[in-house]
Amino acid sequence: MKAILVGAGRPLYFLAQTFRRKDHAVTLIVRDAAESSWLANQSDATVVHGDGSNDRVLEDAGARSADLVLAATANDADNLIICQQARARFAVPRAVALVNDPDNQAIFAALGVDAISPSMTVASLVEQWATCDRVTHLVPAGNGKVTISEVTLGDSFAFAGRPIAELGFPRDALIAVVMRDAETLVPRGDTKLQRGDRVLLVALAESHGLALQLLTGGG
Amino acid sequence: MRTPYVLIVGCGRLGSHLANLLSAQAHRVVVIDRNEAAFARLSAESFSGFRVVGDASEPAVLRKAGIEKSDLLITATHEDNLNLMVALVAKRVFAVPHVMARVYDPARERLYHDLGVETVCPTLVAAEHFFDLLSRAAGSGGGAK
Repeated sequence: MKAILVGAGRPLYFLAQTFRRKDHAVTLIVRDAAESSWLANQSDATVVHGDGSNDRVLEDAGARSADLVLAATANDADNLIICQQARARFAVPRAVALVNDPDNQAIFAALGVDAISPSMTVASLVEQWATCDRVTHLVPAGNGKVTISEVTLGDSFAFAGRPIAELGFPRDALIAVVMRDAETLVPRGDTKLQRGDRVLLVALAESHGLALQLLTGGG
Repeated sequence: MRTPYVLIVGCGRLGSHLANLLSAQAHRVVVIDRNEAAFARLSAESFSGFRVVGDASEPAVLRKAGIEKSDLLITATHEDNLNLMVALVAKRVFAVPHVMARVYDPARERLYHDLGVETVCPTLVAAEHFFDLLSRAAGSGGGAK
């Protein structure tokens, strides 16, 4: 995959390294001249110095053949315009913006730009870890609308030995897989959960909290 | 008719000038700027509107300034991208009836025209004006040169 990353500083450096490690071709667009030479020395990504919201700079960075543009500057307006230029001018298949103000996630979505809010993501992860240490492998999917997590049923699980149908699970949450000792099963409504089971929970973001509560505390 | 509610983003030379003019014409005017000192450009005699300190790229700031009841929004900060973003948000998310953006870069103006935002590009306006003056001078001079 060919990715163009727009941003600054160490966050951009580590993003670039992460993409490079997965063997993606990476081009960085950096506004500050000194920083762009620092990045060119530090990483093996191609570095273009310029304003990523300028169509000529995007073109120099190879936007015409890019599969992904990630706009990760500290300025929400810049990130929006970068993504819109990438999509409208160069038909880049996927343009993703980071938003600093979490309120802008919905705003960007309304304007047709996929957005990720790092502060929201970190806050919800930390919140989930703080409230329940039995959750592992938490993965956001579907643009942050879906959460997939692995939960171990502990002593506080109140529905042990009772069928899943009796849990009162929210409609848009699903126990996809139950792992019990060496066994892995896809449960049905009459499957009985036991303490010590590890379950794979797939839930829409708004129901994830309630589903977790049922699995860890019994609600 | 109801008094028009006007939101002006950016209180630089252009923003403050427009704010003074529209306020003097009995519009209800709210000006947003990140920097409180910028409001010093508002005229004590003609400006009777409101000032909001904040970053207009934050939806909460736009709401506080009354974007939901605005009839007209003009973006006049020194950042093209901010002007365009706020204009797009005003038009497409908050459905403000009239939205105009000042955009310095002519290349960007074209893109936003396509996205339905009315833009004014000072570079193009000045160029056209100079061109008019030139052709008029050439016309009246009877090709003296």
